[in-house]
Amino acid sequence: MNLTQSGLLYLLAAVLFIFTLRGLSSPTSSKWGNFFGILGMVVAIVTTILMIPEIDYVLTISAIIIGGTIGTVIALRLQMTALPQLVAAFHSLVGLAAVFVAMAAFYAPEYYGIATMANTGFIEVFTEHPYYEPVKNLVFKTGSLIELSIGLAIGAITYSGSLVAFAKLQGIVGGKPLVFRGQHMLNAVLFLTIIALIVLLVQQQSSWLLWLLAFVAVVFGFLLIMPIGGADMPVIVSMLNSYSGWAACGIGFTLNNYLLIITGALVGASGAILSYIMCKGMNRSIIKVVLGGFGASASGATSSSTPDKPIKTGSAEDAAFIMKNARLAIIVPGYGMAVAQAQHVLREMADLLKKEGVRVAYAIHPVAGRMPGHMNVLLAEANVPYDEVFELEDINPEFATADVAFVIGANDVTNPSAKTDRSSPIYGMPVLEVEKAKTVLFIKRSMASGYAGVENPLFFRDNTLMLFGDAKKVCEEIVKSLA
Amino acid sequence: MTPTELIEQIKKLAEHSDSLSNGLVKIAGQAQQIIWHQGASGLDHGQQLVVALTVFVLACFVGYYVVWRVTPALHSPLMAVTNAVSSVIIVGALLAVSQSAPLITQIAGFTAILLASVNIFGGFVITARMLSKFRTKNQVKGKKS
Repeated sequence: MNLTQSGLLYLLAAVLFIFTLRGLSSPTSSKWGNFFGILGMVVAIVTTILMIPEIDYVLTISAIIIGGTIGTVIALRLQMTALPQLVAAFHSLVGLAAVFVAMAAFYAPEYYGIATMANTGFIEVFTEHPYYEPVKNLVFKTGSLIELSIGLAIGAITYSGSLVAFAKLQGIVGGKPLVFRGQHMLNAVLFLTIIALIVLLVQQQSSWLLWLLAFVAVVFGFLLIMPIGGADMPVIVSMLNSYSGWAACGIGFTLNNYLLIITGALVGASGAILSYIMCKGMNRSIIKVVLGGFGASASGATSSSTPDKPIKTGSAEDAAFIMKNARLAIIVPGYGMAVAQAQHVLREMADLLKKEGVRVAYAIHPVAGRMPGHMNVLLAEANVPYDEVFELEDINPEFATADVAFVIGANDVTNPSAKTDRSSPIYGMPVLEVEKAKTVLFIKRSMASGYAGVENPLFFRDNTLMLFGDAKKVCEEIVKSLA
Repeated sequence: MTPTELIEQIKKLAEHSDSLSNGLVKIAGQAQQIIWHQGASGLDHGQQLVVALTVFVLACFVGYYVVWRVTPALHSPLMAVTNAVSSVIIVGALLAVSQSAPLITQIAGFTAILLASVNIFGGFVITARMLSKFRTKNQVKGKKS
């Protein structure tokens, strides 16, 4: 296969990837989107394999088969609630793969076309060694080496950062942000070290600098994500998604491969937009999220003031009675529903309500859950039709006509003080206006404040009924009373 | 010169020419590889970079407009599928498993292919699984009956 053919096939793959993302504009076209993605990947891989003169087929195919089997098994066995950590783990693999590609290219630059011959020409080499010897006096092209080291650094940061995100989401490490003095200073120093190492590497072209660069970048990735708390994870997971794209881009520049550049840019843009949407959903700047520490110390201070105010608690029977007599019930799911795996029994409850003639709708806040669109997937998994699920802007006007707002495992995203209290840390964050509904039912495990450490004034209102307990158990009890 | 000596000489020459042609073939192969990567276009690195940057910037714009049209309900599948798609760096890893490449490059290449494959298969499968669950009211009803 020559360059023209492979170039055209790469272009085809890139276009297929664009169609993949385009397909996700609606659930009906999305299945085609995924198909285009698979097709694009097959085109890209087959083209590359046919292009390389003396590729080791055994090595290649066995790597693809082993990796593919592992990936497929993991993806098939996965519980949907564990989706965020899986995505984080996958990001980490892309980062690591980018690091290895950069390493491979560094040790065999002639295979990647990123080196030029030093003074020795072909003829001399030839006469000296009639039996072919690998050409040793190669020098890196400066530009290629810069691109390579940037690709490597971003890859390494993605790798360790995603690993931390995975550990936090999986609960291996506490979700609480880890903050210590001089943290930002240390990070700044590490960042400058990375840049200095890249400069040095370009000048000296020695391999130990490359390894050191990889090491420092890995440490930097760890420290970058450690101070960021659990509920900021939607932003972080999107951001790392973006990084994995930029890492692919960096490698693409090194290899001067347009397919990698285009695909990397698509993924990078996608992750960046998702981070932006998530930040807007929390009314926080990306810089503040990245600097971290949010919600680290807030929980202790507010919980002490709660006992003196009266709250109304209710039983599952009360809740069942109220909802049965409603015309419109809006369900607001949050991370608590995911933790309790309550989505299936929640759908059962909604089915029973529908039988009683209640109209049921679901309201999703942009940052509900631990990754963008987390709640939508969980509800879809539980067979909730997607035309009953609404985004914040579409559902907010409906709350005024709703008889019941059923908040399950969510808190901060319903807090009306985000609209009124200027001193609140979540001031300005768009919230679901559940307080406009006639009755608000809150399923919570305890009175503890949400992630932001802010007290929710809704708990103390007359038309709010608190149902304490595990989200799944409470829903099961409600189902029993309804049946 | 005796005939035997002559034959010996011819043999030596023949061997020599054999090794010479072998060497030539291999070096020609390598030259092809280098030319192939430098691009037959004859662009120097600066010009290549400009073209690559043009492609990059345009691709960013395409990404920007395409991704904004993705419905928020499908943001999770979007992340999963972009994750699979970004594993296209497997293309870079495949270059490393050339039979004549140094061992360290082959090992790194093998590992990178393996990691990227986990992602490619895992990413597309999980996306398909997620997308298969998104149904409308009618589709859900139809499935039950």
